Amino acid sequence: MLSSRFSRGASLFDRGVRSKVFPTSNVAFITSWAHIPQGPPDAILGVTEAFKKDSHPKKMNLGVGAYRDDAGKPYVLNAVQKAEKKIVEDKLNKEYLPITGLPSFTKEAATLAYGADSEPLQEGRIAITQSISGTGGLRIAGEFLSRFYPHNKKIYLPIPTWGNHNAVFKSSGLETEQYRYFKKSTNGLDFEGFLEDIQNAPRNSIFMIHACAHNPTGVDPTPAQWDELSKVIKGRGHFPLFDMAYQGFASGDTNHDAYAIRKFVADGHRIALTQSFAKNMGLYGERVGTFSIISESLKEKAAIESQIKLIIRPMYSNPPINGARIVSYVLSDPALYKEWLGEVKLMADRIITMRNKLKYHLVEDFGSKYSWDHITNQIGMFCYSGLNPEQVDRLIKEYHVYLTKDGRISIAGISSSNVKYLAEAIHEVTR
Amino acid sequence: MTSNQRLDQIQKHLTKMTSSSIFQDIELAPPDAIFSLTARYKDDRSPQKVNLGVGAYRDDSGKPWVLPVVRKAEKIISSDPTLDHEYLPILGLKSFRDASAKLILGSNNRVIKEKRVVTAQTISGTGANHLGAIFLSKFYQQKVFLVSKPTWANHKPIFDTVGFDVREYIYYNPKTLGLDIDGLLNSLKSAPNGSIVLLHACAHNPTGVDPNHEQWKAIADVMEAKGHFPFFDCAYQGFASGDIDRDAWSIRYFVDRGFELLVCQSYAKNFGLYGQRAGCLTIVLRNSETATKVESQVAKLQRAEISNPPLHGARIVNLILNDPMLYAEWIDNLQIMSSRIKEMRKRLFEKLVELGTPGNWNHIVDQIGMFSYTGLNASQAQVLQEKYHVYLTSNGRVSMAGLTTSNVEYFAKAIDDVVRTVP
Repeated sequence: MLSSRFSRGASLFDRGVRSKVFPTSNVAFITSWAHIPQGPPDAILGVTEAFKKDSHPKKMNLGVGAYRDDAGKPYVLNAVQKAEKKIVEDKLNKEYLPITGLPSFTKEAATLAYGADSEPLQEGRIAITQSISGTGGLRIAGEFLSRFYPHNKKIYLPIPTWGNHNAVFKSSGLETEQYRYFKKSTNGLDFEGFLEDIQNAPRNSIFMIHACAHNPTGVDPTPAQWDELSKVIKGRGHFPLFDMAYQGFASGDTNHDAYAIRKFVADGHRIALTQSFAKNMGLYGERVGTFSIISESLKEKAAIESQIKLIIRPMYSNPPINGARIVSYVLSDPALYKEWLGEVKLMADRIITMRNKLKYHLVEDFGSKYSWDHITNQIGMFCYSGLNPEQVDRLIKEYHVYLTKDGRISIAGISSSNVKYLAEAIHEVTR
Repeated sequence: MTSNQRLDQIQKHLTKMTSSSIFQDIELAPPDAIFSLTARYKDDRSPQKVNLGVGAYRDDSGKPWVLPVVRKAEKIISSDPTLDHEYLPILGLKSFRDASAKLILGSNNRVIKEKRVVTAQTISGTGANHLGAIFLSKFYQQKVFLVSKPTWANHKPIFDTVGFDVREYIYYNPKTLGLDIDGLLNSLKSAPNGSIVLLHACAHNPTGVDPNHEQWKAIADVMEAKGHFPFFDCAYQGFASGDIDRDAWSIRYFVDRGFELLVCQSYAKNFGLYGQRAGCLTIVLRNSETATKVESQVAKLQRAEISNPPLHGARIVNLILNDPMLYAEWIDNLQIMSSRIKEMRKRLFEKLVELGTPGNWNHIVDQIGMFSYTGLNASQAQVLQEKYHVYLTSNGRVSMAGLTTSNVEYFAKAIDDVVRTVP
């Protein structure tokens, strides 16, 4: 029954809204959420949910990209544990960080990415902020470009790309467009398509590029291809935003994995970059990352930094301290730094070993008619297996192997005790 | 020269011409007022300097205070071999979220039992304000967002950037240095129906002026009649009065009245976790079906901004809230902080009365929480800075946590001087 208080005529609020009498009072309240639809479950994280519910003894989680050791357990790096001990011993306080984060952290992170001898780094022209891991860095990048990029507010993303890229950039107010990247017929790079799309995009477009260990395909350009990409992109005046979530984790060598960004910078591109320390330091939930952009001068850097602060302050004020302290310790202490490099190589090598074994079992033990070369050609956490949705479905339902619908396998989820089982399962659904 | 060489030359020439930066027109934004105040304080060499700027608790030696119970919790966490750094779910640590809802609403609140509550772990209070704001900007029909005049400096930018039409409602009466309840109620009455209204649950920032129970009831009456939506910001639960339930009274009252509402919870001050960024967004809905749908949409928004929230601070709060002994110790630590603040208010008030400083200074003890709106004006604040090396914001807001037994008399004398000599 409508109270007379609400029959004052249609307002923007009253229109189309149900009225409901609240049982314990005689005043009518308006239920305002009738139109909200149920949101879809997250495609990637939903895989882990399903995996958890399964009780089959041979189940495998090849969904989310988090590193696992050979026993299938999360791996906390020794260098990280040592840094954490130091932090507890130092009895540091928990005061707010500056808006752009822990200065010692961002300094070390920039050096790691750009290289100590990088010209813009030495000249102090890199504006950098700590971010909420890679996602947060991308969100700041998107917001920054949406506000200040003087050409089309549109960002070009590779086909395919990480499932969350689109949502993050849309949330920032950018339109998204695509460029060819992965070639299904070879399970490798569509280099010609990539170059063509670079040429065809309007001048001064924003291109988001995976710096190494492309997610989800594992397909990276070679150094020679990077050289050419740098030239062509420069020729079109495009703006490169690099997403680097796997430095060190891809090849085992932090310098090698930073080849692309350093080449672009050396060639004169004033790039933007997001870094994540989720995988290469195993700090996932601590949310440690950066967003940086190369400016033309110190004056411009100050202006850019001031605007980045205005973006961050109303979103979350300042970033979390714990993970940044850990990374700062590890990167600035020579012994810890060396230990960390060793552990990153260890993780990368285990991944490479699993790739080799998977391919070996498929070809040698099960005599698969396919070559499966792409398993060992691809690099990093993920392998774009080439499996279609029906085959993926069968893997999940019949073999209790969990992966995303696009056929992406997280190699980190494979161990020496189940790699043969996986090979068998893949063979069975593809023969 | 060949034609190719000539083309190369032209291209180089053109590239040089257009090599001025694409970002050259970016303006240098003004620095954040509060952070730059702290920077000036840091650069000050005077041994008598006093920092009454930023709202972070300090002990009686003027040092940051990590709660003993927090150090305990951290030791437990760091010696637990089963704990790793894996991703939290998108909405955060479940037991932390559940404990947060119980803390703010009361553990036996029927809305929790009826599954009508949505919670999301956030990046402290700011993150909760932001997430709550984007949720409303996407799913709530009304675009008018009312904030108190004055309010925390970051509130307007938070709601502004996500597209709300931010307007002020009358709140503080500069003549009485207290609440202008009539002005407040009139502002709410004349706003469009269904406006979103920002309410400070307790320890209003920056004034320290809170409505009493009768006044909260009157506010609820008007909001009910106008169909306004309550957006509570609670950054000081337990920190204000020392009593968890007392500080949450306003929120629980509104829930009991049947409002749908949201609450932004910060653990920065009451757990001293500032830089760890622990917070929670709690939304109370009419029914559980809606709660399920709202939860899924909030998760989608969070995924597109941060993917999942930071681990460490939430772990600490989670451990303490769920362990009876640690919880009791936390309440004790809370009371240490809130009673030191009250003691400083009392001493400052007594000193001012003793000095016969012109004006009525009751508001110093009537106001509550970290901050006090002293009534000092911008010129007086400036002289306090330059002559006495006492740092406070130009609106006369003082962070009581910055006062200690060794500087409260100095501050009182400084106030006395500027009130008498600076118009």
